[in-house]
Amino acid sequence: MKGLILRHLKNHGMTLLMCLATLTVLLPLGLVFAYIVKMGFSSVNADFFTKIPPPPGEAGGGMANGMVGSALLIFCASALGIPVGVFGAVYLSEYGGSRISTVIRFAADVLSGVPSIITGLVAYTLLVVPMKGFSALAGAFALSLIMIPIVLRTTEEQLKLVPNSLREASLALGVPLWRTTLKVTLRSALMGVTTGVLLAIARIAGETAPLLFTALGNQFWSHKLTEPIAAMPLQIFNFAISPYDDWHRLAWAGALVLVVMMFTLSLAARSFGARKKHS
Amino acid sequence: MSGGWDTTEEFVKPGQEAHQWKIEKRASGDFLFKGVTVFFAFSILAILALVAMEMYVESLPIIHKFGWWGFVKGSDWDPVNGSFGALPYIWGSVYSSILALLFATPLSVGTALFITEILPHRVGGLVASLVELLAAIPSVIYGLWGILVMVPWLQKTVEPFLIDHFGSLPFFQGAPYGVGMLAAVLILMIMTVPIITSISKEVLLAVPQSQKEAAIALGATRWEMIRMSVLPYGKSGILGAVILGLGRAIGETMAVTMVIGNTPQLSLSLVNPAYTMPSVIANEFAEATSKLHTAALMEIGLILLGVTLIVNILARLLLWSVSRNEKGGIRQ
Amino acid sequence: MNAKVQLENLNVHFGKAHAVKGASMEFPENSVTAIIGPSGCGKSTVLRSINRMHDLTPGAQVTGKIVLDGRDIYEKGCDPVAIRRRIGMVFQKPNPFPAMSIYDNVIAGYKLNGRVKRAEADEIVESSLRRVALWDEVKDRLKSAATNLSGGQQQRLCIARTVAVKPEVILMDEPCSALDPIATLKIEELIEELKEQYTVIIVTHNMQQAARVSDTTAFFYLGELVEYGDTKKLFTNPEQKQTEDYITGRFG
Repeated sequence: MKGLILRHLKNHGMTLLMCLATLTVLLPLGLVFAYIVKMGFSSVNADFFTKIPPPPGEAGGGMANGMVGSALLIFCASALGIPVGVFGAVYLSEYGGSRISTVIRFAADVLSGVPSIITGLVAYTLLVVPMKGFSALAGAFALSLIMIPIVLRTTEEQLKLVPNSLREASLALGVPLWRTTLKVTLRSALMGVTTGVLLAIARIAGETAPLLFTALGNQFWSHKLTEPIAAMPLQIFNFAISPYDDWHRLAWAGALVLVVMMFTLSLAARSFGARKKHS
Repeated sequence: MSGGWDTTEEFVKPGQEAHQWKIEKRASGDFLFKGVTVFFAFSILAILALVAMEMYVESLPIIHKFGWWGFVKGSDWDPVNGSFGALPYIWGSVYSSILALLFATPLSVGTALFITEILPHRVGGLVASLVELLAAIPSVIYGLWGILVMVPWLQKTVEPFLIDHFGSLPFFQGAPYGVGMLAAVLILMIMTVPIITSISKEVLLAVPQSQKEAAIALGATRWEMIRMSVLPYGKSGILGAVILGLGRAIGETMAVTMVIGNTPQLSLSLVNPAYTMPSVIANEFAEATSKLHTAALMEIGLILLGVTLIVNILARLLLWSVSRNEKGGIRQ
Repeated sequence: MNAKVQLENLNVHFGKAHAVKGASMEFPENSVTAIIGPSGCGKSTVLRSINRMHDLTPGAQVTGKIVLDGRDIYEKGCDPVAIRRRIGMVFQKPNPFPAMSIYDNVIAGYKLNGRVKRAEADEIVESSLRRVALWDEVKDRLKSAATNLSGGQQQRLCIARTVAVKPEVILMDEPCSALDPIATLKIEELIEELKEQYTVIIVTHNMQQAARVSDTTAFFYLGELVEYGDTKKLFTNPEQKQTEDYITGRFG
């Protein structure tokens, strides 16, 4: 009887520990989130979305150039990365032999674990050095390297969910394989692929390290691909490590905007994913 | 039989003698399309090879000058005088990551167990998606919170307390700067917990119900069931998750750079500032002027790449062995 | 009757497994040929090799000849896509394209291959749906999703989709096995009508169905063609012992 009581006590003790672990995990995460919301809300205003950063130590201003720059970087990175990810996934799920597919899949998984600052270094040597200057293009290239494995793996998973009977139905109608893949298989997986793309965009939107010595950042407006460009994460970084309170406020506002954007993206991605399951 | 589209000629009307098997047009479409997919799929391999090669080639000058071992064990870093040693950075990366993992692992596994085994399905799912959502917060924002909220708190409250009461231990000797190893460890812990938790959760969910029922049927309590059936089954997967978290921690750049104090020194003390491999690249690369300085930073990048590659390969192998099918919905 | 399709020493391997072993037979034009046999006997494999569906199965290897109107469809330079245009296929489970409307499903063979003029498309959709006796049931909701139809309607839609591209041969792989008896009856009536215009080859595990709809029947067992000939004769007076055992229900 004593043994049983002990066992139950141990059971409850362990359950309590697990509960405490969960609370310990949620507490700092909750704190981070609470600060972003609190500090961010008190700093976001109309200027934030329309003005460029003020000189050091001055109040006001915003991150408009950073937002435009980030949008441009994301757009270019997507243009480079999505085709590679999606068509690479088509190869893995529709054509590839099992061994080579496994190798490529493994390479993609490993690539997704490469620290993002390394992609910055690679983009630097491949683009910044030959072009003799920091550029938005190099930044976008570095970001696309992060994007590719994410898009590849999610797309492949989605393509594998498309039932073979649909491919066969199309082939039996005398539709060539490539049209079948484009118009039936990929079409059916579209929702899921979109989810993957949105998640990848959410991921690169906040990446800072790969941009440090590629896009570099810019105090002013710029939309040229061959020149340094401002980006929100870079601005948040620079303002956060500065000694000025006014810049800190801008950093908080930027953080809030970035987080809201990313949550929206991942919620959108989830709802796409959910709708896919229902249909 | 009048066909309605432009490729009618491919259709042979019944009774017609000569068949046209028209091949070129169709076949070339398939050939071209497959070619495109092959190109993109293999570009993944090419990228990985390119990354490794570029880093190696760019760090050759420093490898020639100091040799591998000389660079790794050197502790003097003086770009002006052309002296480069990577040891303080390697030490900082290893020390901070391992300490962070030491704290993050029990917390993450405990949370994953609490989510999957104890909480009601719905609540567990909610907590899990909360954790996942927080894993999506970018590094620079953790850094922002770290430097503006956590560091002042450490400096004013935590570190003076630790130094006063445990100052005799080598871990707490020094002045309370706020920024330093302790801040880096804490921020890395906060950042790796969501990753390890969500992957461990996937692993635990993959434990077959029959395994658990077997233990329950023997009259095991819930904890005994976890210890007898769930943990042994999920062991290698959880280890994979932890190693993946380690890879993340080692490669983590922005948040650490913002809170670690960026001072290259070899010290056990948690309150002292330190430096890590990614941080020194982040801070110095854009301003590196001498060829040797750039190459030294490149070699640090190469070491970092090597370590993360090994760590990732190990983690993937462990995780793949759990999910068996390579599809395995386990991602980070 | 003319032989529309002929098998000459057809062998199909999947890796090491020998699924079809040296089958030679003829499928007469404008008639219905049934392929029967216990599951795993290779009947579906034979059917799928007739429109080269195995081309995309890794490890599948087809040897021997399949002759369509006097030409081997496996000869070099023969495009499987063109073959599938002439030899359509209806599958076991109704598989309409879920993202498409009824209308788009019928015209899918054209749309997936490029553009088609609106007026022509309307005409093709109507005649194809009439052909499978589905027009009256769906003419008011052509734009609604194909997946809203009942199983039997979906299967008829799939047949309409196949008919729409004007094939010469229609292959059917157990087209009624997922349907209820009434829907099955409708499909069987349809098959009866289709043979006026097409050569129909149907795989079925249901012997009564084979007896009802087909003119010729082939019996496969363990990958081998045991016997084929006139349906009435095969069911009443089979030549082989194995065939008799099977149709009298002693195995399978």
